[in-house]
Amino acid sequence: MAYPLVTISNVDMRYGGAEGILAVKDLTLSVAKGEFAAVVGPSGCGKSTLMKLVTGLHIPQSGVVMVAGERVTRPVSIVGMAFQNPTMLPWRTTLDNILLPLEIVERHRKRLRANKAEYVAKAEKLLETVGLKGFGSKFPWQLSGGMQQRANLCRALIHEPDLLMLDEPFGALDSFTREELWCVIRDLHAAQGVTIVLVTHDLREAAFLADKVFVMSSRPGRILQERRVPFERPRDLDILYKPEFNDLVHELRGAIAEARIAV
Amino acid sequence: MSAGTGRGFNWLNAAPWVYTIGLFVIWEVSVRAFGIAQYILPAPSVILNAIVEFWPAIWKNSLQTLYTTTVGFLLAVVGGLALGLLVGWSKTIYAGLYPIMVGFNAIPKVAIVPILVIWFGIGTIPAVLTAFLISFFPIVVNVATGLATIEPETEDVLRALGAKKMDIMLKVGIPRSMPYFFGSLKVAITLAFVGSVVSETVASNTGLGQMMSAAQSQFNVPLVFAGLIMLAVEGIAMYALMAWIERRTTGWAHRGQMAQ
Repeated sequence: MAYPLVTISNVDMRYGGAEGILAVKDLTLSVAKGEFAAVVGPSGCGKSTLMKLVTGLHIPQSGVVMVAGERVTRPVSIVGMAFQNPTMLPWRTTLDNILLPLEIVERHRKRLRANKAEYVAKAEKLLETVGLKGFGSKFPWQLSGGMQQRANLCRALIHEPDLLMLDEPFGALDSFTREELWCVIRDLHAAQGVTIVLVTHDLREAAFLADKVFVMSSRPGRILQERRVPFERPRDLDILYKPEFNDLVHELRGAIAEARIAV
Repeated sequence: MSAGTGRGFNWLNAAPWVYTIGLFVIWEVSVRAFGIAQYILPAPSVILNAIVEFWPAIWKNSLQTLYTTTVGFLLAVVGGLALGLLVGWSKTIYAGLYPIMVGFNAIPKVAIVPILVIWFGIGTIPAVLTAFLISFFPIVVNVATGLATIEPETEDVLRALGAKKMDIMLKVGIPRSMPYFFGSLKVAITLAFVGSVVSETVASNTGLGQMMSAAQSQFNVPLVFAGLIMLAVEGIAMYALMAWIERRTTGWAHRGQMAQ
């Protein structure tokens, strides 16, 4: 665990002018490089605002957001994002969808045409990693929801981001598919050393995947608790049925329940 | 249903023809059975006779109407696409132009024809312009809608990577609005016929609209109906062409979940 990749210090973020809604207040947290952090909280607690602050889509009114040692004042292209809605473009094949970020990110878009084969090979390797080998030529609407979400992860990773921001990426999936994808993301994290921030309302998901879990309060959001997850890696799905695991989930649940009542 | 199912007759494919022929048969039989006068409702056989009898004039005027309609429609495609992209590009332009366009669209186009005649004289140009004016609104609205309904998540993903407005438009907005655009062509081509025929009826020396109004003043009702049949044929043909283009270009949008 090296230096912090993401630090948020005393950030206030208000929507809609001075009298608008205060989404987060005095938000402070930090995520070390290579770490897997999860953010949980009651609904409407500003989790999505947190996503947008870190990626530079929103600039806070006060406080400082730092990513990779630089203050965030505009979108930072070293992140990949994935949302609950896979938002694959239906007119592109899965492979072309995955290559889309390369057509945008400055340092890749100039090289893309000349080095297409290299990038395609990389995309196919990623597809294989998430269990979609051979599906690159399919259109997204020919894939199931779970497969689309796997492709979505590939798209978020294709430009080798230092930071992966996931906003409830597995929320719309059935529980078996979700557990499969937990393992996919666990293995990606282990293999690529990417820093991951996962926003979720699934406490078991947070506890299974993360190194540390932030509990946010209801609006205006701030960090109520920071819990380290003590379990050894690599973690197996069996851990979900261990008493220590359930105790941790139970505690987190208690913290959220308090967060809903408080304020 | 039919006796020889199995490799039987494909009723679904035959249905358009069967129903159309059925309509004409019922029409013919009713006119004969009730003895309806020819100057009220001519039977299809009488109309067919009129088409044969007046074919040179019908053919010439049909081509004229098809020509004014198509030119007006093509102008509407170019203008509608351009304005649609502009309106979809920026919320300010959208807010500014939308009420003007709605107001403009609310004006019955037949009321504009006299003004066009003052400016351009009677004939081809007012017909083309009326077809253009009436058919371009649905194209603008549809293209702008396609651009305005980009999923915010898609936009966030791309903007976080440093995408400019132009990137988002080229990679997402424009391809995404194409099904709306091609869908609107089917509506627009039908409206373009309305525009050109209205203009021809009011102020022209050529075209099916003019031919029908002249025939009507001579109580040549079969010829009026012959003109209507020709308009229907042209309308169906152009509609089918647009539907074919739509399927060819944006097939992906018609195969289930376009956006979840």
